[in-house]
Amino acid sequence: MTQALIEFRDVHKSFGASHILRGTNLKIPKGEITTIIGKSGTGKSVFFKHVIGLLTPDSGDIICDGKPMSAMTRAELWDWRGKFSYMFQNMALFDSMTIFENVALPLEQGTNLPKEEIRKRAHERLRQLDLEGIDHKYPSELSGGMQKRVAMARALVTNPEIILFDEPTTGLDPIRKNAVHSMISEYQSKFGFTVMMISHEIPDVFLITQQLAMLDQGEIIFQGPPENIQNTEDPMIHEFITGLQSPQDELTGMDTVTQGKQHYNQAMEKMKEGQKAFSIVVLTLEGMEEINAELGHVQGQTILKNFSCDVKPYLREGDSCSRHGLNQLMVVLHNAGEDDSRRFCFGLAQKLKAESILNGISEAVQTLNVSAGFAEAPMDAGIDEVLASAESREATFLEFSIK
Amino acid sequence: MAQPITQEQGLPGPPPPPVLSRIFEPFGQRVMGIVNNLGAAMIFLLKALVLIFGRKQPVAIIQQINMIGVKTVNIVALVGFFTGMVMGLQLYYTLVQYGSVGVLGSAVALSIIRELGPVLTAIMITARAGSSMTAEIGIQRNSEQIDALYTMRIDPVGYLISPKVAASIISFPILTALFDLIGILGGWVSGCVIMGVNSGSYFYRVVSSVTLEDVNGGFIKALVFAVIVSTICCYQGYFTHMRTDSYGARSVSLSTTSAVVLSCVSILIADYIVTSFLL
Repeated sequence: MTQALIEFRDVHKSFGASHILRGTNLKIPKGEITTIIGKSGTGKSVFFKHVIGLLTPDSGDIICDGKPMSAMTRAELWDWRGKFSYMFQNMALFDSMTIFENVALPLEQGTNLPKEEIRKRAHERLRQLDLEGIDHKYPSELSGGMQKRVAMARALVTNPEIILFDEPTTGLDPIRKNAVHSMISEYQSKFGFTVMMISHEIPDVFLITQQLAMLDQGEIIFQGPPENIQNTEDPMIHEFITGLQSPQDELTGMDTVTQGKQHYNQAMEKMKEGQKAFSIVVLTLEGMEEINAELGHVQGQTILKNFSCDVKPYLREGDSCSRHGLNQLMVVLHNAGEDDSRRFCFGLAQKLKAESILNGISEAVQTLNVSAGFAEAPMDAGIDEVLASAESREATFLEFSIK
Repeated sequence: MAQPITQEQGLPGPPPPPVLSRIFEPFGQRVMGIVNNLGAAMIFLLKALVLIFGRKQPVAIIQQINMIGVKTVNIVALVGFFTGMVMGLQLYYTLVQYGSVGVLGSAVALSIIRELGPVLTAIMITARAGSSMTAEIGIQRNSEQIDALYTMRIDPVGYLISPKVAASIISFPILTALFDLIGILGGWVSGCVIMGVNSGSYFYRVVSSVTLEDVNGGFIKALVFAVIVSTICCYQGYFTHMRTDSYGARSVSLSTTSAVVLSCVSILIADYIVTSFLL
């Protein structure tokens, strides 16, 4: 495991008679995305406020980069807080300030940057979040989704080392929700900051998070990678996870990651029962980082949505297609060997039209590639093994220009 | 599970507290609460005063002078004018009985400059700007905007409170001077223009009877009121979430009411104390 940046050791916190945190233990690895899940009212926001020092534990301690928070001097705490950005659940935008003033405030008050640089950075973040042209509006003039994105722009504008996102995608439409996830993931891998996120977006967060922790009644009852929580046999965790899962991936209209795995397992069972072999095809939209940078994440996710819609009609009955990664789809082709998979890919390459995939995309100069890889599933092989094999054989089969 | 033993079951419960404790405990708790609040308000004020001298404060202070001072000019002028007129009228009917209408200018000017000017100006600013300070800060507290400042490493006291305190310290004496001036003019309108007192005599008495000590005394009072009003109004808003009698919008409403009432009462008490030192 990567070095723990923040560690909760038996933290307790009460408000009057309500005992919110009851011996919380959790390690937050440095440079990774950790998502906290749990029912409403289990203390997730209280947990976050402890991380940044807005609240202090009644007992227990929080180890911040190796040093107990209780032993920190005022100056050290001030410096520690300087590493953070916090995106509040209810946004906490300054309602008497314009959108630009909101986003620029952390730079204006917390740095000595010249005004022109502050203006440039704030506008850059607003542009990346598809918020151009609303500089002079006030938060109350925006929709809830736009306010979320403004709050996110404000959290990202200082290029912090650690970002706390308290339900960053609640209330957003599927494209923007995925755009936010894509942005968090992309920036995290680009800048290497540590992300802590509270989210109910299951299984969408599984695509971007490295570590998942479940908080229940003030205690962490699960901590580990998302794959582990999907395979858990704990009935309560299982019920929670399945209860939150949407019946299909909201963006692509395809199956979810979890359902994709279930389809794979079912196909494997059938193969064991004597049916023909089956294959996996992985379709990847390449160059999404450049597209996100050029056109914004919302446009990037629109392309993925269009692509998924266009692939769907070419699936045979019994085949399944599910979301595999942020920019990936996984197709399980039943009764199909490698030759069938190859034909499927070539067929797609001939039938898919650039105009349809790029429908609704405004001007730009990027080139978008779609690559495909396929592999026949050997008997008793795990999904990860087959996926790895398919991905290793990926080759570009479609190339579109966005003009 | 073990049941607690109660007197209803015929078994002895915990002994009741002594009668004296029952009488004095709530009183003592209230006194302790007041002392705690006074201490916290004093620390709050000192921190706000220290943070006035931040590098980025001048612009914020000018903005607050606009909010607290400039936007209160009209109401202060209006109240000052009619207060002066009432004074002129009342004093005219009192003085005319003794044949001393000649000293009308002295009477109006001294009562306005020494007492009415600072007190009424402070009360008007409390009503106009103090209440809005409390409501604004209270709403910022309840919507986590103050927490958001804290997470951005912006000291909420320095960013929100200090400019208001500084702007109050600058605005109160200036508005008091304006009130004094317009009040004296109001006295002239009712006393001289309406009731026919000689204008030359009125203004001669104003100039001859008002000393620099009177004017300075009024300014000292204005400064004291500025600190009291801004501290009480900001403190009530800043700690609105600590109220135990209400939550949310109701807590902001009650904090605003408390701020105005406490400010007005404190102004009158402080007025007596400062006057007793000045005389």
